Amino acid sequence: MEIVLSLAIGVLVASGVWLLFRPRTFQVIIGFSLISYAVTLFIFSVGGLRIGAPPILDPAVKDVSAYTDPLPQALVLTAIVINFAMTALFLVVLLASRGLTGTDHVDGQETTEQ
Amino acid sequence: MTDISPHLIVAPIILPLIAAALVTMIEQRPLRVAISIFTMAALLLISVTLLMSVASPLSADTIVYRVGNWAAPFGIVLVLDHLSAMMVALTSILALATLIFSLARWDRAGPRFHALFLLLLMGLNGAFLTGDLFNLFVFFEVMLAASYGLVLHGSGTARVKAGLHYIAINLGASILFLIGVSVIYGITGTLNMADLSERIQNVSQEQRVLFDAGFAVLGIAFLIKAGVWPLGFWLPPTYSATSAPAAAMFTIMTKVGVYATLRLMSLVFGIDDNTVMGIASPLLLIGGSLTILMSMAGMLAARTFSRIAGFSILTSSGTVLAVVGIGGERALSGALYYMISSTFAVAAFFLLIELMNRARGTTSEALGAPMFDDEYRDPYDDGPPTDEVGRITPVTVALIHGGFVFCALLLTGLPPLSGFIGKFAIMSGLADYAHLSGWVLIALLIVSSFAAIIAFLRIGVETIWGSAETIVPQVKSVEFAAIAGLLAMCVITTTHGAAVLDYTDRTVAALQRPGDYVSNVLLPNPPPLPTLEIPPQEVAP
Repeated sequence: MEIVLSLAIGVLVASGVWLLFRPRTFQVIIGFSLISYAVTLFIFSVGGLRIGAPPILDPAVKDVSAYTDPLPQALVLTAIVINFAMTALFLVVLLASRGLTGTDHVDGQETTEQ
Repeated sequence: MTDISPHLIVAPIILPLIAAALVTMIEQRPLRVAISIFTMAALLLISVTLLMSVASPLSADTIVYRVGNWAAPFGIVLVLDHLSAMMVALTSILALATLIFSLARWDRAGPRFHALFLLLLMGLNGAFLTGDLFNLFVFFEVMLAASYGLVLHGSGTARVKAGLHYIAINLGASILFLIGVSVIYGITGTLNMADLSERIQNVSQEQRVLFDAGFAVLGIAFLIKAGVWPLGFWLPPTYSATSAPAAAMFTIMTKVGVYATLRLMSLVFGIDDNTVMGIASPLLLIGGSLTILMSMAGMLAARTFSRIAGFSILTSSGTVLAVVGIGGERALSGALYYMISSTFAVAAFFLLIELMNRARGTTSEALGAPMFDDEYRDPYDDGPPTDEVGRITPVTVALIHGGFVFCALLLTGLPPLSGFIGKFAIMSGLADYAHLSGWVLIALLIVSSFAAIIAFLRIGVETIWGSAETIVPQVKSVEFAAIAGLLAMCVITTTHGAAVLDYTDRTVAALQRPGDYVSNVLLPNPPPLPTLEIPPQEVAP
């Protein structure tokens, strides 16, 4: 499971970083989305990966080791919300830039063709 | 003044939040302005009260506010100590002056200026006061989200282009922040900074490597904010494209990066007298020195006021970080003093640039077309300015140019103002240190001051003496009042230099003893728990 997760994170980050360096704003925003998915998975994994262990206390189960760490899940939730809001905000700015400059190049102007 | 209500510590965060919510709901501009001004004035009073309570020798050095009265490593804590009290007070003064300046016209240039401004303040205060890494992230995001709005304030192609880059870079920084925080959590199992400082002692050697890597990633996020070379190239274009009040307010945002670096360095690695510890110190020294070099080159190349101001910000954060990298009590204390003075000076300069550009007839302040349908425009504000708005006298020009000379003296570090005292304090501290890196930094500071003098002289001569016809700009008295207020703060830090330096001395002393911070946060005296009867939860230890 660890291998699968780390591969997924790696692939997401690699694709995200590649997209980030592209000249189109839409590619940049997709790149950011991919990286933030990867970061979400990464935060989730730092608490240690467990199968079948709930994060919420159950009065019937008294053994602490039967639970998984709830904090990373709370952090993930916060991170998802914030990333979502930031992506939406970025999208608005991106549209404004497209409207004002007439191009979706990140610098607001096309590079001159050689 | 020693006995403050502990709830006062949370006020700098709660108050702007409530006010921002109120302001978005209110249609009438006068009421909106009144709420903003009232909140800002209240914040100023609160922050000064907090500052006095920390500064008084009778009170504890660290005052901890446990939100919801949960014990420290589990609950959220806000921590007021010398450093955070100083930063909150700095923010409040700056915010009040900037807000007053913006009332002249900028707050009508786009929608929801007041709400964004108040939220920015909430984020800043929260970032300074929090004692928890993840909350630091959340407050960073609050601050950044508000700043994304402010950077675009006034609209226009240049702002949107600069804003796009600014947002992209800061989104990247936020992602690095999250990665760093989660690595640190994965290794130490805590996000509370005080708890972190304790647990780091027990981290095994191989885990320590991973921790250092996580900390480095986190540090990069902070250094992007602080604008350190090679992460600071976004700063001058963004700050020169944005509106004057936003740029003035953003000068404190680079200081958040410096603050966070300083705080975590103190708690995790320890800022020791004359000993360089951890991986971060040499990197900070090199990064800071290169930042000074870069901003020096940038200043010499700059042909506009706003770029000079942008590079002045970089000089200031580079100087402080390089000194943090070297350590040494007195140099660090001088650096904090320098940071206070340079923040006020750069902010005043940014506000002044707007007036100077008006005097030169450059239409850099031209507003863009409304982007959204709900963008309101004051019907009396648009169109050509009429004579009745401002005082049209040559006095205006004289005042603007006098202000420029003031700012130039402050930012180049020439006597007799606080810029000189700050740089002198740093240099004298570094000379005590008597190490090669200290001397190199002294040389660098002197050369960079010289470059700043050249840049200021050249642009000053060009604009003040060079232009044949001077357009007398329309300046409202509130705009002058704001700039005068900021410059007066610089004068006060000059005349009361001993008191301020005494305070920064104690700040540095507190930073060098992170044990006090830690033991105060991790409850020496358990707070009285609420007497609410909680049914016993059957959970094994």
